[in-house]
Amino acid sequence: MAGLELLSDQGYRIDGRRAGELRKIQARMGVFAQADGSAYIEQGNTKALAVVYGPHEIRGSRSRALPDRALVNCQYSSATFSTGERKRRPHGDRKSCEMGLQLRQTFEAAILTQLHPRSQIDIYVQVLQADGGTYAACVNAATLAVMDAGIPMRDFVCACSAGFVDGTALADLSHVEEAAGGPQLALALLPASGQIALLEMDARLHEDHLEQVLEAAAQAARDVHTLLDRVVRQHVREASILLGD
Amino acid sequence: MASAALSEAEKVYVVHGVQEDLRVDGRGCEDYRCVEVETDVVSNTSGSARVKLGHTDILVGVKAEMGTPKLEKPNEGYLEFFVDCSANATPEFEGRGGDDLGTEIANTLYRIFNNKSSVDLRTLCISPREHCWILYVDVLLLECGGNLFDAISIAVKAALFNTRIPRVRVLEDEEGSKDIELSDDPYDCIRLSVEHVPCIVTLCKIGCRHVVDATLQEEACSLASLLVSVTSKGVVTCMRKVGKGSLDPESIFEMMESSKRVGKVLHASLQSLLNKEESLGPKRPKVGFLG
Repeated sequence: MAGLELLSDQGYRIDGRRAGELRKIQARMGVFAQADGSAYIEQGNTKALAVVYGPHEIRGSRSRALPDRALVNCQYSSATFSTGERKRRPHGDRKSCEMGLQLRQTFEAAILTQLHPRSQIDIYVQVLQADGGTYAACVNAATLAVMDAGIPMRDFVCACSAGFVDGTALADLSHVEEAAGGPQLALALLPASGQIALLEMDARLHEDHLEQVLEAAAQAARDVHTLLDRVVRQHVREASILLGD
Repeated sequence: MASAALSEAEKVYVVHGVQEDLRVDGRGCEDYRCVEVETDVVSNTSGSARVKLGHTDILVGVKAEMGTPKLEKPNEGYLEFFVDCSANATPEFEGRGGDDLGTEIANTLYRIFNNKSSVDLRTLCISPREHCWILYVDVLLLECGGNLFDAISIAVKAALFNTRIPRVRVLEDEEGSKDIELSDDPYDCIRLSVEHVPCIVTLCKIGCRHVVDATLQEEACSLASLLVSVTSKGVVTCMRKVGKGSLDPESIFEMMESSKRVGKVLHASLQSLLNKEESLGPKRPKVGFLG
C-alpha cells in the first residue's frame, strides 16, 4: 500500500508496538476432551487451534510404517472465514499442503520419534482467524498440544516471524506488515539448545542484514518460550490440584 | 461419522435404561445436555457463534458479501452454506474424509432454510436485479460428541442473530451509472430477524422409546432417527428420517409431537440467552476457547 508507514520516526509500528515487541499471547491447553492432546493460542488477532492424536497404529497402508521411528503426519487447515476475503476451500490447496509439510519437518526435528517405532502421530492445526504470523501461531499451538498429549519432545518448539523495514528488524509481523511486501523470515527454534528447526525467508534481503533479522526472530522466539513455559506450568499446577496432590 | 464402538452388553444397558426414562448420564429422555453458546468469537466476520453441547463443539462464521441476485428471485439476497468437518474431530476426517458428512449437513441446512418465512431475504436486497447481499454461512465442526445437527442449527441461529450487515445506499448519477456508498458510521448496520429461523431436533429411536440429544454411545444403540426442523412457534419446516433401521408411522407422529414440545423450549432458552448476551453490550468479556 503506497504511503503506509510501517515504522514511524519515533519507532512505533502501525499497531503501536515497538520494533522488537510481540503481540499479546494467550494460550490454553486441554481444550478438547476427546483428543489425545489439544491447545489453543491467540497471538494478537491470530487464533489457532492444534489437536494431536497419537501415537497410534498407522492408518491406511502398513507399508508406510517406519521400522525405527514414528511417522509424523500434519495437516494445516484455515477456516473459510479466517481471512478478510472468504477462502473457498479450507485445506487441499497448495499453500496448506506446503504449510503441512513445513510443520511436519519442524516437529520431526523435535519429537523423540525413536521411542515409538511403527506408529503414527497426527498433528492437526486449524487457523480460526488469520492476522499475520499464522505459521508461528500454528507451531506454538502444536507444541502445546504435543505436550498435552504427553508425547516426549527434545524441547519446546517456539516460532516467530520477523521482517526488515528502514534498517530496523521487526518481530512478529501482523497481516498489514506482511502484505506490504518487504522481506519476511519465519523461524522455528528449540530454545534450550538454540537449534533452528525451520528457517524460511521470502523476498530480497541483503546478506549484511540477515544476522540482524535472524537475531530479532530468535529473541522473539525465546520470549515466546518464556510465555509458553508459564502456560504449561499453570496447566500442570491446575491438573495436580484437581488430582489432589 | 465418528462413532463409538460399544459391546452388546453396553448396548443392552443403554436400551434398558432408556425404557425406564433414565439415560447413562442421568438425563430424562427429553433433556438436553448443558449447552454453552457464545457469539462474536471471530472478529473479521459479519457474525459468528460457538456452541458447545457436551463434547460437540461447533464454530459458525457468517460473512456478508455483495453479489448479483439469482435470476428467479431478483428482489432477494440468499444464503450459502458450507460445512467443514475438520480433522480435529477425528483423524478419519483428514483430507477429503470429512466431505461426505459435510455435504450431507450442508444439504440439510439448505432444505430447512428453503422456505419463505425462515429468513426475510428481501432485507438482503440492495437494488433489484443488480446488487444484493449474499450471506456465506460457514460451519466448522471441531469436536464430534453426538447430536451434530442440533448443535449446528443452534450455532447457525446464534450466528445469524449476531450478524451485522453494513448499511449501504445506492447513489445514481446524472448519466445513470450507480454507485454504492457505505455508511460512514461503522456501527450503522442492518440486523436479521431470527424469529422464524428453525432449529433441528434429532430424535433417536432406542428400543421402543425415543431420546433427544443422543451422545455418541446412544447413537450407536439406535437404528433410526428422525430429524425435525422446528421454529419457535412450533411450525415444522422440514422432516427427515436417517439411519439404517425402519420406523413405524405411530412412532413418527409421536416423535413429531415430542420435537415440537422440545423445540419450543429450546428456542425460548436460546433466545433469552442471546438477548442477555446482547444486553451486556460491546464491553462484555469475550471468553472464546480460553475459558
